[in-house]
Amino acid sequence: MDLFFSLALQILYGIANLALISLGLAIVFGMMRVINLAHGEFLMLGGYTVVVATNNGVNLWFAMLILAPLVVGLIGLIVERCLIQWLYGRMIDTLLATWGLSLLFIGIITSIFGASTSTVISPPLGTVTIGEYTSSGYELFLIFVVIVLLILVYLTLKFTSLGLVARATMQNSDMSACLGISTSKIYMVTFSLGAAVSGLAGGLLAPITGVLPNIGVIYIAKAFITVISGGSAILAGTTSASVLLGGVNGIMSYITGPTFGEVALLFTAIILLRLMPTGITGRFFRKSQ
Amino acid sequence: MRLYGTFNGTLVVAGLAIIFTLLAPSIFQFFTIITLTQVIGLSILALSLALVWGFGGILCFGQSAFFGIGAYAYSVAALNIGGSTGAVFIAILAAAIFAAILGYFVFYGKVSDVYLAVITLTVSLILYSLMRRTSGPEYKIGKALLGGFNGTGSPPLNVPGDGSAMLFPMQTFYVSMAILIIAYVFTGWLVTTKFGRVCVSIRENEVRTELLGYDTRLYKLGLFSISAGIAGLGGVLFCVGVTRVTPDVFSLGQSALAIIWVIVGGRMTLIGPILATFVLYFLTSSLGSQQIFNANLVLGIILVVFVLIVPNGVVPTIMSWFERRRTKRYERQKERRMKLRKHRATG
Repeated sequence: MDLFFSLALQILYGIANLALISLGLAIVFGMMRVINLAHGEFLMLGGYTVVVATNNGVNLWFAMLILAPLVVGLIGLIVERCLIQWLYGRMIDTLLATWGLSLLFIGIITSIFGASTSTVISPPLGTVTIGEYTSSGYELFLIFVVIVLLILVYLTLKFTSLGLVARATMQNSDMSACLGISTSKIYMVTFSLGAAVSGLAGGLLAPITGVLPNIGVIYIAKAFITVISGGSAILAGTTSASVLLGGVNGIMSYITGPTFGEVALLFTAIILLRLMPTGITGRFFRKSQ
Repeated sequence: MRLYGTFNGTLVVAGLAIIFTLLAPSIFQFFTIITLTQVIGLSILALSLALVWGFGGILCFGQSAFFGIGAYAYSVAALNIGGSTGAVFIAILAAAIFAAILGYFVFYGKVSDVYLAVITLTVSLILYSLMRRTSGPEYKIGKALLGGFNGTGSPPLNVPGDGSAMLFPMQTFYVSMAILIIAYVFTGWLVTTKFGRVCVSIRENEVRTELLGYDTRLYKLGLFSISAGIAGLGGVLFCVGVTRVTPDVFSLGQSALAIIWVIVGGRMTLIGPILATFVLYFLTSSLGSQQIFNANLVLGIILVVFVLIVPNGVVPTIMSWFERRRTKRYERQKERRMKLRKHRATG
């Protein structure tokens, strides 16, 4: 029974982790149909923000929960104004340009901080004991944060005027523009919000994974496969795909070790896309956000 | 005679490449010749991407997955067989078969091109993290240890049928150049065949091609597999040039480089990406030897600038400039002739 609980917690953490790293990408992709290949680097920048801030004596919680999203959101704003706004509607060019951006960020960070790991922050909150198994308290905290984040995104989309306008733009940008909404402004806000969520995720994961200039690579494959399997609905897509892929990954990792966990995740995603080319939300929960 | 984009043009370029091969040993130092073998492998990767992306319109971001599979398959097979000739064919087949299986899922699932780009990239990244974890002694195929992060050694090429007669670096260079030229002429020929033309029409308008009665899924799958086989061949030459293959062949940087070469060279041509590979390789390696600029930084800037300003790439831009100049000259001549005729008529 203890084993079961501890395993369930592990899998739940895997799912939460997947949802956390994909949410920022899903917001940008779902709202703007822009695939941001620099997503991994936004996470990386969030991590570096936390490391630099804590090295300068800032409180870890403040750095993770407030500073990281703020800084990366600002970077996202600059990126959108300087680069992405010229490329709307040119999906492939956006892919390529954001890829260039990703290399650029890796290059800049490597030049500033060097190619090796900066100071490692140990995860706070100690351990939690379940029978004879122990689990990290920080992982529980992350699961909690992901749930709060998902609820926040839902409430923002559903009950605020910004959410309403954003959903309208997502459904039909020309019609929204006719009704007097500045779609360009909406895209700008959405992109920076997506970047901010990515920054938050990067900051929260920094104590677990450490930070490296090219750490984005670790996240990016999983984030993309989750968002694409999920389809265009931001919340339902991310959640359902995270549950499915995170579950498969967790179970396979338990049975065969971590090497084949990721391979199983990929196989599931490819077979899923063969059956549902537009992702899970392309077939189910179509009315959802 | 219009050379650009015709098979005659391909043959002329191939002739120039043969002259380059023969002159290279007297121009370059021995060390450069050894490096050139790696670059030839990389340029075949660029060629394969130019074929699948430029002519088939299939945006494959993970072309380096097939490149890496070719390199690993060659190394493992050559270590087990004890000779390189069969291993080269095994490598090409392994890459092509892997692409065919992956392609079945994506093309028959009617996955749109942007999704395809991300899926292929993800496959490459998953292979990267998978191969990095194979460091224990239990991960081996026959006699070949996969070696995890450090990768596995790649035996040099040898004379067909005699496993002990290794080729010298200079001979390896000649063989590699020959393979590059053959691959180039083959792809140049392929795009002029009926198969190639159908693929180009799929790039231009998939729905219309389908309505004309072609099974576009099958054509795309075929082109994808052929190009993967060529990429696998490039992987073989690359790992022979480096003498080892590490998981880095699957890394994001490797995939990005292939894309950059094709973008910079021009995706509608076959020679552009090959030339861009050579030029950019030596540019980045000379940047890598000094510490001021990070190579990633420079590559990132090149990619962003080209996408924003020269989206067609260098070779097509130069070609269209020449074309414009020629038509302008032709028009000027025509105008002069008209004027002359008018002059005669009135005078």
